[in-house]
Amino acid sequence: MSDFKISVRQFGVHAILVEWPIKVEESILEDILQFIQYLKQNHLDQKEWEFVPAYNSLTLICKDTVLDFDYFKPKIKEWYDIKGKIEPATRYLWRLPVSYDLEFGLDLKEISGPLGLSVERIIELHSQNVYTVYGIGFLPGFMYLGGVPEALEVPRKSNPRPKVPKGSVGLAAKQTGIYPQDSPGGWNIIGKCPVPMFDVKKENPCFVKVGDKIQFYPISMAEYQLHKIESEVGIYNIEKIVLDA
Amino acid sequence: MLNILKSGFFTTVQDIGRFGYRDKGVPVAGVMDSFSVSKVNTLLENEENCAVLEITMTGPTLEFEQDTYIVLGGAEMSVTLNETAIENYTVYKVKSGDILTYGKLLKGFRAYLGIKDGFDTASVLGSRSFFKPITEQDSIKKVSGLPYAECKQFNPKISELKVDSVLYKSELEVYKGPEYGLLTDKQLAKLFYREFSVANENNRMAYQLNEVIDSNKVSMLTSATLPGTIQLTPAGKLIILMKDGQTTGGYPRILQLSDMAMSILAQKRSGDLINFKLK
Repeated sequence: MSDFKISVRQFGVHAILVEWPIKVEESILEDILQFIQYLKQNHLDQKEWEFVPAYNSLTLICKDTVLDFDYFKPKIKEWYDIKGKIEPATRYLWRLPVSYDLEFGLDLKEISGPLGLSVERIIELHSQNVYTVYGIGFLPGFMYLGGVPEALEVPRKSNPRPKVPKGSVGLAAKQTGIYPQDSPGGWNIIGKCPVPMFDVKKENPCFVKVGDKIQFYPISMAEYQLHKIESEVGIYNIEKIVLDA
Repeated sequence: MLNILKSGFFTTVQDIGRFGYRDKGVPVAGVMDSFSVSKVNTLLENEENCAVLEITMTGPTLEFEQDTYIVLGGAEMSVTLNETAIENYTVYKVKSGDILTYGKLLKGFRAYLGIKDGFDTASVLGSRSFFKPITEQDSIKKVSGLPYAECKQFNPKISELKVDSVLYKSELEVYKGPEYGLLTDKQLAKLFYREFSVANENNRMAYQLNEVIDSNKVSMLTSATLPGTIQLTPAGKLIILMKDGQTTGGYPRILQLSDMAMSILAQKRSGDLINFKLK
């Protein structure tokens, strides 16, 4: 049983783009993740193919070969139709500590006015919510998170910062997220997370994957410093809860 | 070890790239002009993935500590080995203490230095390609030499190759991108019946073009991008993603360069003219 009408399109000679209806919806993301799992288990060798999911799309990339699109187009539709119900890879809710100290939350005071909320209330709303990872891109380990409450929707800064420090937690329009490295950026900065989102020394350099969920919880400056050192020496355990259990 | 006496404008170690991490936001990286590099590695009878030096605009001065064999390729630059001029796509033996000096850029933009069995710098996430912060360095520095294995004896099957100048044309072959269908007749006319010039904003991440086409205010959900994807911004600007380009984007992907067109574009610099031809 497949719930959505998908389209299959050629994307250069090394990639195929599969698209779902243009909506930000958990059920679409779920269907994409199931399809990835099905393709990995049955048809497409993970050593040769890369699977890049984002919001309503799945891009299948085959690095070496020039793809025979006439073969793959009907095949992918056929595979989608017969995939049935399949368990996607285990998903987790990651609880990430954030210091919303004003030293890190560079724009907290500035956005308090236009939002009509106190700094305390912004922190409360931001950390109450559970966010869904709809994509990873832009920078290694940068998550596109969905689920920002309407009350926190605030435009991007009119003048982007040339350098947002690594770990900064940003807020802009319907999006929130963590800058995984120093980077130019136009989001409003509201705090800092001491846990690195990308670590090349690890076999899996980015613990989060598309489909996982994220919750932030406020910590003090002292806890931030402690967790930062713990992360650096590799003894910080990120709190995670298995979803779909 | 290859000692770096002068590092040049922007010189990096590159192999064919870092595959398997795009779902974590890691760009592929790797050589910009794979057409030239495959010839360099073929002459040296190297594996396809052997790491080379990618030399941008102005080249380095280098000293070899061990005997080995080298091949130059890509952009044409005046290069001397111990003050004797040497040519592209020819196998040369180098000895301990030899000095390779890059001079004037004559044609193209990116030159390559291949070495027997490749440079043996650190491999991070399956690739030696420099890309900060995946690798510690973004380009070679005077302080750090580049390790390679000594090779005393090598009898190349082919010691010289004539490479025709396919790289130096202005026409770039493109495929329709996923959002090609959004383009109006007016936009299409501009896209295919005029020349564009490379903007000053051009590097391993992306090449921007100076001329704009009519904008369309289409918003789309962020989706994957590839090296060679041409994005159309809301202001009508064209951005061509290159090997270090981001793995996702939110602008319409109107065209996709062929592999050969990527190599051709990699040899262009600010002000050079290009035009697109649909394949």
